Amino acid sequence: MRLSPLWQRRLAVFRAHRRGRFSLFIFAAVFVISMGANFIANDKPLLMDYRGQLYIPAIQPIAESTFDPSFLPTEADYTNPQVQAAINAHGWMIWPPIPYRYDTIVWNAGAAAPSPPSLRNWLGTDEVSRDVLARVIYGLRLSILFGFGLTIVASIIGILAGAVQGFYGGLTDLLFQRFIEIWSGMPQLFLLIVLSSIIAPSFWVLLIFLLLFSWMTLTGVVRAEFLRARNIDYVRAAKALGVADMRIMLRHMLPNAMIATLTFLPFILSDSVTLLASLDFLGFGMPPGSPSLGELVAEAKDNLQAPWLGVTAFAVLGGILILLIFIGEAVRDSFDPRKTQ
Amino acid sequence: MTLLTVSNLSLGAGAKTLVDDISFAVAAGETLAIVGESGSGKTLSALTILNLLPPGITRMAGRVTLDGIDISTASPAAMQKLRGAAAGMIFQEPMSSLNPLQRIGKQIAEAIQLHEKLPRAVLRARVIALLREVGLSDAERRMDDYPHLLSGGQRQRVCIAIALANNPKLLIADEPTTALDVTLEKQILDLIAREQKARGLGVLLITHDLSLVRRYADRVLVMDQGRAIETGPTAAIFARPAQPQTIRLLAARNFDPPPPSNHAAVTLEARNLTVTFPILRGALRRKIGEIAAVDNVSLTLNAGETLGLVGESGSGKSTIALLLLRLIAFQGTVLLEGQDLARLSRKRLRAMRAKLQIVFQDPYGSLAPRLTIRDIVAEGLTVHTPDLDRATRDTRVATALREVGLPADAANRYPHEFSGGQRQRIAIARALILQPRVLVLDEPTSALDVTVQAEILLLLRSLQQRYGIAYLFISHDLNVIRALSHKIMVLNAGKVVEAGDATAIFANPQAEYTKTLLAAAGLLNAA
Repeated sequence: MRLSPLWQRRLAVFRAHRRGRFSLFIFAAVFVISMGANFIANDKPLLMDYRGQLYIPAIQPIAESTFDPSFLPTEADYTNPQVQAAINAHGWMIWPPIPYRYDTIVWNAGAAAPSPPSLRNWLGTDEVSRDVLARVIYGLRLSILFGFGLTIVASIIGILAGAVQGFYGGLTDLLFQRFIEIWSGMPQLFLLIVLSSIIAPSFWVLLIFLLLFSWMTLTGVVRAEFLRARNIDYVRAAKALGVADMRIMLRHMLPNAMIATLTFLPFILSDSVTLLASLDFLGFGMPPGSPSLGELVAEAKDNLQAPWLGVTAFAVLGGILILLIFIGEAVRDSFDPRKTQ
Repeated sequence: MTLLTVSNLSLGAGAKTLVDDISFAVAAGETLAIVGESGSGKTLSALTILNLLPPGITRMAGRVTLDGIDISTASPAAMQKLRGAAAGMIFQEPMSSLNPLQRIGKQIAEAIQLHEKLPRAVLRARVIALLREVGLSDAERRMDDYPHLLSGGQRQRVCIAIALANNPKLLIADEPTTALDVTLEKQILDLIAREQKARGLGVLLITHDLSLVRRYADRVLVMDQGRAIETGPTAAIFARPAQPQTIRLLAARNFDPPPPSNHAAVTLEARNLTVTFPILRGALRRKIGEIAAVDNVSLTLNAGETLGLVGESGSGKSTIALLLLRLIAFQGTVLLEGQDLARLSRKRLRAMRAKLQIVFQDPYGSLAPRLTIRDIVAEGLTVHTPDLDRATRDTRVATALREVGLPADAANRYPHEFSGGQRQRIAIARALILQPRVLVLDEPTSALDVTVQAEILLLLRSLQQRYGIAYLFISHDLNVIRALSHKIMVLNAGKVVEAGDATAIFANPQAEYTKTLLAAAGLLNAA
């Protein structure tokens, strides 16, 4: 596929934006690593040879009784020294670089939990003696996926709502505006507390619930852009040509609104990440035990004697937010028609 | 006595020369006009006089002597004294040259206080006297108004009062009337001329409008691309222009009337058009009355003929353009080839839209910036003949571009790569590709330089002859109207003041308002 000259110029501007480009590389690396979390931090071997047969325990469940008939037929616990001995007697195992999952309890961390960073636990362990690095990697995956999901769906709804308001104006606009005012006045946190007492929050429940309120971020901006674009001559010319409403909105007016939208996107994405973290911090977020950056912050607050928790939480959350904003800046610049001339 | 001498002045930005070796002088009591198109360097030359060049532009050579002082050696403090006291300046846009947050009396007083300390009562009396002098009625009360309460003409009067506040010897007027209506234009320039006579001012008038130069300037300096190409007494230059560019500039404002048309069929007939806006009051936004932006206007367009719609801003002429295209709600009937546009269903209306097209004023706003020229021009085809294959569509686009005088490779480029005149050609091509019967031209040349204006007008004229399109030509500029119109309709405050044959109206206007307009444009025969 060949890109249009405008997109080529946009790409060139983005490439020329060093800070944005580096941020994108780092973010992409973090994203890829966290997506492959199961192969990087896991309490199961990546590859195992047992009696001449190859297994991938990281993704396939194997019963413990496979290795010794006296063991139970439940899924194998590879951290158990007896199981390890049984496997090593008839084959070999390759472990991932971090031999813990987000919920693996590290029994022999040495000091009392939370234990400080060591060669085995690079970022130390938390108050339940789980490896912090493993939790951060899984936590990042959850946060990024949640952030992307919320941002994309909320933006689509928000842009459509703003476009309809701005394009039709008048009574449509008036009613929609009043609805948004009432809707945004709803006490989000209380509703969430009430909700969490009725159904257990999960990834999807939280996503849908937060969606109910976060779609309004973009509506105002898009509405304003559409109201402005309504009276631009080329939109009038398109109307005079007989172009259909939907096509005018998408082809002539939406590109105007896109710059404003795109400058907001990284902020919405980082907002979503922060929102999830703060809900987790307060205990209304993901079910207990899920790898979450917010829970890490809460643990850091409870264990001020263990600074590695706080430093890690700060560096990870702050780092990801900064990266997103730098990328957003570069994207915004490359969509700026004055810079792509 | 010579007030201002500019000798061998060159200005540049980096390695680029913007003004190349120009010299001129202004004596007390005389008006020198600098004329040129946009980008010719006329404004920059004027800014140099008060050392007000924008950052990045430097004086590379030349001397400017203002009131006996060489400004290149003057200290910043001495320069500060010269500004206002030796020379006052008026800018193009009176709204942006006044501070919107301060009362106008205070702004004039500030200008005086910079140069002399006066007791409050004396200062107040001076401000009132100045406002009276520039013709602002009810000066005592008006001096406490904010700029937004004044009209454009009144604002420009305040700017003149500020420029004159310290009794300068030289007045620099940089396009002082470009943002104003023609009747105001005349009032403001008459005011400047009157002040000049009363105070013995030297005036440096910077303009692109030669009809102003003819009436108000003693001498002319014609600039083109940073160079002074011709200079001399106004009468001599107008009678015997030597340089081709001067001839072009002069010709651009001197049109023959259009060739008479022999088509007589009525294409569009509009009857009793009325557009009203409600006046809303109070917390409940109760409707207490209506303003008619267009008040019971009827018009007829014949195939191959142009109806010129003339009026000042606020006269409702652009509203008529929008309502004919059914882009705003209105009362009345619009019959296009016998079909009433106001009563057509959406679907039928869409089909009719191909026959009725529009070209807007602002060449920068009328083309979608993110589409290629091909997409812009082809848009109408994709709506009205969606089953056309790609190759045919591209051929039609290429043909349309050729007809408006653009190269074929323009199709792949984007609007920002084109100049204002070229963009206007693209807008015409977009309308033309649908082979419309009626083309509404809403001030299509107002944003263009005079020579480009002339090219666009000639293009429109030849297209009309070739295809017999009926034009509704809307403009405030009577010179342009005359170039194209067979019939004329003069509008004021939404009402038709006068309508009839163009030649008849230009030769013998009946309504008082039409006479005022013609006089302001310098077109009224002294009969």
